[in-house]
Amino acid sequence: MHVISPIREPLITGGKTMADVSDDICRQVEAKPSKSWLMAFSVALAVLIIGAISVGTLLWEGVGVWGLNKTVGWAWDITNFVWWVGIGHAGTLISAILLLFRQKWRMSINRAAEAMTIFAVICAAMFPGFHMGRLWLGFYWALPLPNTFGSLWVNFNSPLLWDVFAISTYFSVSLVFWYIGLVPDFATIRDRAKNKISKAIYGALSLGWTGGAKDWSRYESVSLILAGLATPLVLSVHTIVSFDFATSVIPGWHTTIFPPYFVAGAIFSGFAMVLTLLLITRKVFHLEDYITIQHIEMMNIIIIVTGSIVGIAYITEFFIAWYSQVPAEQYAFINRATGPYWWAYLSMMTANVISPQVFWIKKIRTSLVATFILSIIVNIGMWFERFVIIVTSLHRDYLPSSWAMFYPTKHDVGIYLFSFGFFFTAYLLFSKFFPVVNMAEVKSILNTDGEKVKE
Amino acid sequence: MKEAKEKIYWKGLEQLTNDPEYVKYADKEFPEYLPVNGADEGEGATRRDFLKLMGFGLAAATLASCEAPIRNAIPYVNKPEDVDPGVPNYYASTFWWGGQYASVVVKTREGRPIKIEGNDLSAVSKGGTNAQVEAAVLSLYDKERLTGPQKDGKDISWADLDKEAKKAFAAAAAAGKKILLVSNTIISPTYKKAIEEFKAKYPTAELVEYDTQSAAGMLQANEADFGIRAVPAYHFDKADVIVSFDADFLGTWVDPVAFTKGYSRNRKLHDGKKTMSRHYQFEANLSLTGANADYRTPLKPSAIGPAILALYNQIASATGNPTVGGAKEAPHIKQAAADLLAAKGKALVVAGANDPAVQTVVNAINQMLDSYGNTIDFTRASNLRQGDDGAIDKVINESNAGNAGAVVLLNCNPVYNHPQGAKLAEALKKADFTLSTADRKDESASQVTYIAPTHHFLESWGDAEPQKGVYSLAQPTISPLFNTRQQEESILKWAGNDSDYFEYLKKTWQDQYAAGKDWLAAQTFWDKCLQDGVYEVDAEPVEVAYSGDVQAAAAKVAATKGSGVELTLYYKVAVGDGTQANNPWLQETPDPITKATWDNYLTVSLADAREWGISETEGKANRVKLTVNGTTLNVPVIIQPGQARGTVGLALGYGRKSAGRVGDGLGVDATPLLGKSNGTISYYVTSGVKVEVTPEMYQVARTQTHQTYMDRGNVIQEATLTEYRKNPYAGREIPHVATWKSPDGKVRPGELSLWKGHKYKDHHWGMVIDMNACTGCSACHVACVAENNIPVVGRQEVINRRDMHWMRIDRYYSSDEKAVAAADGVVSNYRALEQAAENPEVTFQPMMCQHCNNAGCETVCPVAATTHSSSGLNQMVYNRCIGTRYCANNCPYKVRRFNWFKYHDNKQFDKNLAMNNDLGKMVLNPDVTVRSRGVMEKCSMCVQRIQLGKLQAKKEGRRTNDGDIITACAAACPADAIVFGDMNDPESRISKLLKIKDQEGDYGIDKKVGEPRAYTVLEEVGAKPNVLYLTKIRNKDKKESHA
Repeated sequence: MHVISPIREPLITGGKTMADVSDDICRQVEAKPSKSWLMAFSVALAVLIIGAISVGTLLWEGVGVWGLNKTVGWAWDITNFVWWVGIGHAGTLISAILLLFRQKWRMSINRAAEAMTIFAVICAAMFPGFHMGRLWLGFYWALPLPNTFGSLWVNFNSPLLWDVFAISTYFSVSLVFWYIGLVPDFATIRDRAKNKISKAIYGALSLGWTGGAKDWSRYESVSLILAGLATPLVLSVHTIVSFDFATSVIPGWHTTIFPPYFVAGAIFSGFAMVLTLLLITRKVFHLEDYITIQHIEMMNIIIIVTGSIVGIAYITEFFIAWYSQVPAEQYAFINRATGPYWWAYLSMMTANVISPQVFWIKKIRTSLVATFILSIIVNIGMWFERFVIIVTSLHRDYLPSSWAMFYPTKHDVGIYLFSFGFFFTAYLLFSKFFPVVNMAEVKSILNTDGEKVKE
Repeated sequence: MKEAKEKIYWKGLEQLTNDPEYVKYADKEFPEYLPVNGADEGEGATRRDFLKLMGFGLAAATLASCEAPIRNAIPYVNKPEDVDPGVPNYYASTFWWGGQYASVVVKTREGRPIKIEGNDLSAVSKGGTNAQVEAAVLSLYDKERLTGPQKDGKDISWADLDKEAKKAFAAAAAAGKKILLVSNTIISPTYKKAIEEFKAKYPTAELVEYDTQSAAGMLQANEADFGIRAVPAYHFDKADVIVSFDADFLGTWVDPVAFTKGYSRNRKLHDGKKTMSRHYQFEANLSLTGANADYRTPLKPSAIGPAILALYNQIASATGNPTVGGAKEAPHIKQAAADLLAAKGKALVVAGANDPAVQTVVNAINQMLDSYGNTIDFTRASNLRQGDDGAIDKVINESNAGNAGAVVLLNCNPVYNHPQGAKLAEALKKADFTLSTADRKDESASQVTYIAPTHHFLESWGDAEPQKGVYSLAQPTISPLFNTRQQEESILKWAGNDSDYFEYLKKTWQDQYAAGKDWLAAQTFWDKCLQDGVYEVDAEPVEVAYSGDVQAAAAKVAATKGSGVELTLYYKVAVGDGTQANNPWLQETPDPITKATWDNYLTVSLADAREWGISETEGKANRVKLTVNGTTLNVPVIIQPGQARGTVGLALGYGRKSAGRVGDGLGVDATPLLGKSNGTISYYVTSGVKVEVTPEMYQVARTQTHQTYMDRGNVIQEATLTEYRKNPYAGREIPHVATWKSPDGKVRPGELSLWKGHKYKDHHWGMVIDMNACTGCSACHVACVAENNIPVVGRQEVINRRDMHWMRIDRYYSSDEKAVAAADGVVSNYRALEQAAENPEVTFQPMMCQHCNNAGCETVCPVAATTHSSSGLNQMVYNRCIGTRYCANNCPYKVRRFNWFKYHDNKQFDKNLAMNNDLGKMVLNPDVTVRSRGVMEKCSMCVQRIQLGKLQAKKEGRRTNDGDIITACAAACPADAIVFGDMNDPESRISKLLKIKDQEGDYGIDKKVGEPRAYTVLEEVGAKPNVLYLTKIRNKDKKESHA
């Protein structure tokens, strides 16, 4: 337990006591679902079901129901994959890196951010699955399993295989990290539970937590170890995802700048998504004292920094294309900006590079409405960034005879919707049944001997 | 021991008590009664019954639940002597269909013809084929062929049909009414003999021949000028200067296979030969031939005649002959005349106009240039075009006059493909007896009473005389699939000769060419001819003397005036005259120039499109209403670089109404637009053409939508002959990179690699494609489709850019140089490069898997489904593929094809005839897997052929010899532009062609290629392909500006 210096601004406002924290957070879990929650849940579920029709069609008919063609072999599928993986990054960054750096402001947001990470990674993992021509074989052939096919083994040269390892590792570590954090809070809910079913379920989930000193000591050590494990993953996962492109020979993909540029982009979009979700959660669950303007401002600062990094990366790519004197490379970048997909490039530049710069103004970065709007704009921009990288590089590469356009079909949209439906359904279930703020940790930063006592 | 002996063991108490019931059965194995069948128990089911029923029930339920598809695999009870499962048989035969000729060899497997290849022994086609020849094997398995004779749409027996036909013929002959046998040109001497027998039996019978791609104008001119009514043989190989006025001799004109063979021979260059023919083309549409020309001048059809007169005058004045009036200069005419005169005796002028006056002038030019006996010769005159443009008029007139006792359409379709078709359909109703021998109920056959369907040529016996004294035999390669009868036999039967056509043919041949020989010699002669497929007799040299009236002809030529927009009707290379319109392989073969499939369309020049307000966005263009002398057609538009301004082009052979499910309703039927000039069918409409733009937008399915190569020297490397003579490396773009070790940039990108490379201890397969020889004719493309079971995906999927062709022919136009020069800034420069020149230079580049030694696809596949072979092939393992498409994305050449859907046994792809019905499936090559949904595929370099060749060599205990293995594309190529072989074998053709430096003991990937013209596409990527290209060299004095 650490004591917060009284000189600092308190991280949790409203003079909350430990009991207040338990009450505020557990109330959501214990109360009947609210009307707004039910409405949101119905919408999410409906989107999921509509998307499921597209998934069914895709699996029944073949990948041809998408708008892909012989030139553009990936489009929305891998765009969505990279986008969702990127979104996932904020959760791990908040919980792992900020933990290591003792950034205590993270404590009231890390739970939701981690949940978002897990659901986003699941959404991401859907796309490499759905995009496969033969999912029914690919889902296990892509793993290095001993088999009876002879000496068949996976190809360790392939970045797609690295993706399999990267994503699965990332998912398992994030899941364990998240769950470990939940254990003391589940115990709190268990202890407060009034009906037997809740008691039994939360009792099982809390893994026999007693709240003893030994429990806390182990909890702290495990958290620290997992944070240490997860920290390199924040950097490695998107680095490896960027290798899908960077190790290939296609102009616009074959770029050594990709790893840092992708990681920055991932954190950028991840924080934007955290903001989008938390601003709603904060409002709906009345968590204004836990998720304060200070939190929002901090996250907005991270958005300025990472947004500027990707902006520099975009410009660097152009410089290198010019500097390389490789005609195909030069054409690829001019084509990005001025070719048939100029509008996608323009959307990306506006949303990712220009729009976050308004956060330099304190008034805007502390405004809830502006933050909410910009957080969505940033994620639109980041989706376009991946679309621009994937589609505009592929659609006009080396041989002009093969140049083609990509037009999405309703099933491209449908499967994207499916991932959204899943994400929000899962997030809403989480926010209803799990404590959305880490009560145990938040209690450690309450300014107990602060203003309230004085008063 | 004693005690032990005394020990007694009882089976039970019964034995101890020794009761009588026990003693009765004591010696049985099972003393107690076991109910075996339970019947005498009388108490219903026993345990055994239960178990039996249970077992049966379980087995029955299991069997019933797994509904095994019934496959009718009927084994041979007695193995035919010459059919070994897995071993192909080859039979020589002859293709003569839709006006195209080739002597062929048919590959059969287990009694099914599956592939047609050229017959190398033929003196005419010399082993070449074209798209239509290659595709014809699929037409055999067309379900829409008639399965037996019909009368008024109802089945009838052959006996009844013969009886009624004979009665009708006899009645007509007795009444003195005409019996008109209508046919396309017949090149079979034996068939003609049978017709003579028919004529003898019915004296009023008359054979009228017409051609869909008519050369009647030339026939008339030659008859008038030389007294020979024939198309002469053209020796493009002997010509140093070729001037063609709208003759698409490489595409569709008369005998493109033979012409391409000859033409390409004099287009190839190597160390010993630094000369090539120079080719001038004057035409309105950009034809395949025009695309290959060194100098191409777009001219309106009405200007072509005067330009020929101008050429005549130039040459006449130089050779001291009288000039003619009405001449009008055109660009390049003067230069062409000078070149022709310089190459006198090695010059050749041809014209496509089906106009006797034009042909007379051209004959006169050739006469002045000493072409006869040199580049043109009547000794081996062609028989491929003998039709008379008045033939159908005659049928119409006789019928309308009530003078037609019988009209027999011999497997021809004049109602569809003759401009008088509609009138003929009416007239046929007035004939007393009408019969067609068409293989399907086509537009003409549906107008007649009787249909006596003939065989497909692969089921028939026959012969052909494509050129005077050059014969080719045709033999059946499969028993007739249906109850059809070859028309030759029908004619014989009706003539009262009941002999089998095979016997008749054999006897005719033996009587004719083995006369006086004994039985054995005659039989040997026949067997030899049948095996070779060809036979030649010496022909007496024909000397011709020109006696044409040039002045009169010139006056007629000059009299043809044009006004307003002019239309040129043409044939497409793949679909031709539409005879094989129901062949999906042909419909999906991209036109070599426009790269369009499944449609015909109006080709419009860019300037006219702008002026008329035709917009083209995202592949869609306005449809237009084309009105020609009262006939209006609503046609799609393609904006065509190279189209002469003020002209439009439209392909014939489309708009079939009863070709079958594939061919019906594709495009529009332009046949009614054909006009007449100087008494013959004219493919030009020089006045009365109106084009109205409609707001309806339509997308023609094209496999290539970007037209220029963006000045990328790593893709297309080209030079002029002048430059090449000075420097054999002319046009080559050899990339070098600077490294820290060699900052001066002397390192070739291939020398830097992360990879250790491969060692190919035995073979190192490679391919060379000579871009100078390749004409873009697409024979290789169809050959590849047939050989490798490539699915047809249909129009919509081609629009979606998902054609499955393993081999494509990239066609690039040169960019608009004026616009490029005017461009300032990077972006506008790219914009200008995207714009094709108004009259562009065209380059064809066949593109298929490059079998890279450092293949991008191989490293990125997560499951190692695409791997490298020990002999340099990039292999695709369909079974292992999970369909991530990463390999296709990472392929710099974009040659990988993904199975987006299940293309076989799928009603959505019912145009894919070869995979969607039992009959169609017979065409599949059993050596090649039909790929399932969700897997990637690509060119395998015909690995099945490589394996076959290797196995054969292994059985004989030797290395494979060069030429043992030849890929389908290389085999098909009429220009011999593709050479496949083993680069480890210093004696192979490919090693010699590439001048591969001998590297004793080093079988690595880095072969030192000595040929200056050889390059790999995208060398700087470092993929190190095993497919090399030879630079395109144009026979030009200097580079010209193309605007």
